[in-house]
Amino acid sequence: MAGSGAGAIWVHGELAPGGSLAKISAEVATLARTIGEAAGRDVVGVVVGADPAVAAAELATYVPRVLTVTEPATAEHAAGTIVGQRVAALIEREQPAYLLTGAGPEGRDLAGVVSALADWGVLVNAVGVTWDDRPVVSMSIFGGRLTTTSRFTGDHGIVTVRPNAVTAAPAAAPGTVEATTVDGELALPLVPIVERLEAAGVAAPIEEARIIVAGGRGVGGPDGFKIVNELAEALGGAVGATRAAVDSGWIPYAQQIGQTGKIVKPALYLALGISGAIQHKVGMQTAGTIVAVNRDPDAPIAEFADVVVIGDLFEVAPALLAALRARAG
Amino acid sequence: MRIVVLVKPVPDTASGGERLRPDDWRLDRQAIPTVVNANDEYALEAALKLTEAHGGEVVLVSMAGAGAPDTMRKALAMGAASGALVTDDALAGSDIVSTARVLAGALRDMEYDLVLAGADTSDGGAGVVPAGIATLLGLPYLSYAAKIEPNPDAGTVRVNRITPTGYEVLEASMPALIVATQALGEPRYPSLKGIMAARSKTLETKGLADIGAGDAPVGGAVATTAVLGSEAPPPRAATRVIREPADEAARQVVEFLAERRII
Repeated sequence: MAGSGAGAIWVHGELAPGGSLAKISAEVATLARTIGEAAGRDVVGVVVGADPAVAAAELATYVPRVLTVTEPATAEHAAGTIVGQRVAALIEREQPAYLLTGAGPEGRDLAGVVSALADWGVLVNAVGVTWDDRPVVSMSIFGGRLTTTSRFTGDHGIVTVRPNAVTAAPAAAPGTVEATTVDGELALPLVPIVERLEAAGVAAPIEEARIIVAGGRGVGGPDGFKIVNELAEALGGAVGATRAAVDSGWIPYAQQIGQTGKIVKPALYLALGISGAIQHKVGMQTAGTIVAVNRDPDAPIAEFADVVVIGDLFEVAPALLAALRARAG
Repeated sequence: MRIVVLVKPVPDTASGGERLRPDDWRLDRQAIPTVVNANDEYALEAALKLTEAHGGEVVLVSMAGAGAPDTMRKALAMGAASGALVTDDALAGSDIVSTARVLAGALRDMEYDLVLAGADTSDGGAGVVPAGIATLLGLPYLSYAAKIEPNPDAGTVRVNRITPTGYEVLEASMPALIVATQALGEPRYPSLKGIMAARSKTLETKGLADIGAGDAPVGGAVATTAVLGSEAPPPRAATRVIREPADEAARQVVEFLAERRII
């Protein structure tokens, strides 16, 4: 099977703003390479975009072979449907067995389109994938209370992979990049981008952050997020928030962690003034280490954090900031 | 405007009691009460606001078990005009492919300007079904909406789609399918009047044959995915509680983070 491409494991290379490879795709590629080695199958990256070259070269540091399709339409139109159509057409031509993609917004849009066009099933939100004749996919459900193991019933399927499921690691030797073309009209409606708006305070996607400092109701207001931001900066992390803080307008929705926000799995989750209600807990309880600062010793977060500091966050957080700065010299 | 909102009854996450059936690893829908999926409530709220501003009505569409009407009444109480529930024994154990097919089938003969769907569900968490439905129906697909502005006279709709750096303002002709997020605004609580009115609203139950999908390859029998098993993740270690003055507490936290090689 080697070299033919048929039966291969494909990785979708997602473009970050600016055209580089999204961090999630480096992780997914690393995971695909590992299961490809276990399965004895080819692993192929696929990048579709108006200017796929930079991301493709980056993806080729993780997998042996990358296919690119230059698709000018994605520059000025919503990309998901377009990329999905091109990937589905490539799948039909090249006959790979499985497609792995990120479980973020772009990966989900892609998975939905490709699933419908190729009639492929989807296993979602993988936190781990191994190989036993077919991919065996671990998923964290019910907000981390349960881990299920699933597989496809046939020889094809799409897996969406959560950020931080694996640590990205380049291959021993870089792979090749091949430009290819996909003929045929884009049959699905094009949705033009008529304007791009920059939102203040929107940083790197919090799902991808290794460290998250998050604030809840206890932060008290937008001014209270100043210390949250400073701590995040000192730790080289991102800022997160609870729904209560977002609904109060203290911080944008993009930073919200929980049931109707992002699901995150950072190495460190530092929770400031967060009670740990279940709607928030389901978004962060699989974090590697959870440290909480809360005045209330009976707050639910005190039951599942690794460390809880009982105290006023406006005293503890500045002390923590000072201690971190002192340590950094 | 006529807006279809896709709603899914899900186990109440606030209970923390969701579980899988041990025999077939399907979601145990009897274990705890169901509620309208939270992200679908944001879609419904956005739809209600749009019809309040532009006229028209909101219609619910759901694919769920026979027990779903009670939960759908809650969504009707918020202000939707009527609902259609696709339910069929054959649909138990449906996968993502089937769900998209069935919902697309239910929408195929309906008239609408917009279809709104929640960004994902709290039970399945996939977030891929709306894109599948739009693809199957050939509808413009506008995902992760923080703002929806229709122009009924022009027959178009604009959506602010959330991106890592801000928003893409997308424009499409209607009908179109839009994925709703919490950024659209907090859902209303049903009023007593709304709850009373919901009792007499039409809630139509349809089988697969009724949506022209009697022979369609859908349901648990043709599922493309299967759960092999489940286990509870290893429990977290016991919580270390620090009750010290701020400086000492901070020193201990930093020491702990250094021990774990996080900093």
